[in-house]
Formats: sequence, C-alpha cells, structure tokens
Amino acid sequence: MKLALLFFSGLLFGAGLALSGMTDPSRVIGFLDLTGEWDPTLAFVMGGALLVFGGGMLVLRRLGGGKGCFGCELPKADSEPIGKKLLLGAACFGVGWGLAGFCPGPALANLGLLRVEALVFVPMMALGMAANRLLGRG
Amino acid sequence: MQTSWIYGLVGGALLGAASLLAAAVSGKIPGISGIFEKALFPQGDTTWRWLFLAGLVLGSLATFQLSNHAASFSPVSPLWIHAVAGLLVGFGTRLGGGCTSGHGICGMGLGARDSIVATLVFMAAAMATVYLR
Repeated sequence: MKLALLFFSGLLFGAGLALSGMTDPSRVIGFLDLTGEWDPTLAFVMGGALLVFGGGMLVLRRLGGGKGCFGCELPKADSEPIGKKLLLGAACFGVGWGLAGFCPGPALANLGLLRVEALVFVPMMALGMAANRLLGRG
Repeated sequence: MQTSWIYGLVGGALLGAASLLAAAVSGKIPGISGIFEKALFPQGDTTWRWLFLAGLVLGSLATFQLSNHAASFSPVSPLWIHAVAGLLVGFGTRLGGGCTSGHGICGMGLGARDSIVATLVFMAAAMATVYLR
C-alpha cells in the first residue's frame, strides 16, 4: 500500500511537471530571462506548489500532531546552517539550470520520450552527483 | 500563450499535492535530486524511490500524449551544453542539498531558512547565466 501510494505520487508529480509546461526548457528560460519577453509561468507553478504543499503540511500537522502515514513522522523544516556548501552548491546548480533550462525533475520527465537532450543530461547529472560524493569523502 | 499561467498554476498544485502525499507516506522531504541520488547510489530504502521515479517518468509521458500544451518542447542549447549543464546540476544540487523541488517547493513550503537562501541563490545564478550567455 505504502509503495503503491509512492508510485502514485510519482505519477502525480510527473503529470504536474508536464502540465505546468516546465518540461519545456524554453518556458523555463523565458522566466529566467529578465531582458526578453518575460514568461511568468514558472512563478505560477511555484506559487501553486507552495500553496498546496505548505498549506497541506500545516493541515496534516494540526490533524495528526506531526504523525505521517504508516507510523512515520512528517518531515520537519530542519534548516541546516547556511554555509559554503549550500551557497556554492546552489550557485553551481543555478548556472547549470540557466545553461540548459533543465532541473532534475523535468530532465527525468523527458526521458520517457527518449529526448536526446534528456538522454545526455541525466547521465551527466548522475556523474556530477558521483563527483560530489567522491569529493565529500576525500 | 496567454493561458499558460493557468496550466502553470494547476500543474504547480499537482506538484504540491504529489510532494505532500510523498512526504506524508515516506516521512522524508521528497526532493527529486535527493530521491534520484539515493536510488542510484543506494542509501536507505531504494524501492520506493525507484517506484516514485518510474511514476514520474510514466506520469509525464502520459500527460505528453494527452495534452499538446504539455508536449511542447524546444531545446535552448546544443547537446554539449546539456552535458556541461547536467554535470553542474548533479554536482550542485547534492552539494547544496536540494533542487527546485527539495529546496524550492518542500523546504520553502516548510519555511526552512536554508531552503529560502538556496532558492534565492540558484534563481539568481540561473538568471545571471541566461543574461550572460
């Protein structure tokens, strides 16, 4: 049951990504490009998502007192200290996002159609993660 | 084009609902970069993570087939740039502890200070990159 619900939430996530238009890199770049003909869509996507997730978590916390389903605890906002890793990591991610208009979700979503951009991006993303793991260990 | 904000809002609400469900069932912050990393380099329970990722690919594939709006796709850069971008996104999201979903939706939705800072930084870096290229 737990696994079925998580598979279902993946389906929902993929449908949301595709429907929002954020799987099209040109729409993402249209938002990030402040000098061109600005496309506000991404702001609506973030707004809708934040409203439902943030509001939903508040309601669940009220109802269940911090308990999730199947005996788990709801995740908390455990803010890490804001240090070099966070800032450098976010900056690297931002540069990559701006270069191709892909963040992890939309890149994975485009794998289904075997789009060559995703087929190049996703393995390189895995390699980047592996590099971070190696550096973190050293 | 004028209606794209409605699709954005509805799609965004679905992303929020999906994240909410995944968080309530798994007890984890369901960020895509984290789920992908922990599925690929096994850490904790990998079964649900692979199932979630399979759902993500299938859910978007089905939506691409059903909606012309969803199916539109125009790449903005040559393939070699996608290779460089993928490397930076993989490295950066894990070093910084999250991506657009983990920090942007979940972390900010919970009011986590580090997520708000991270989101401002990657937004600014992405905008600067688009401006300069």
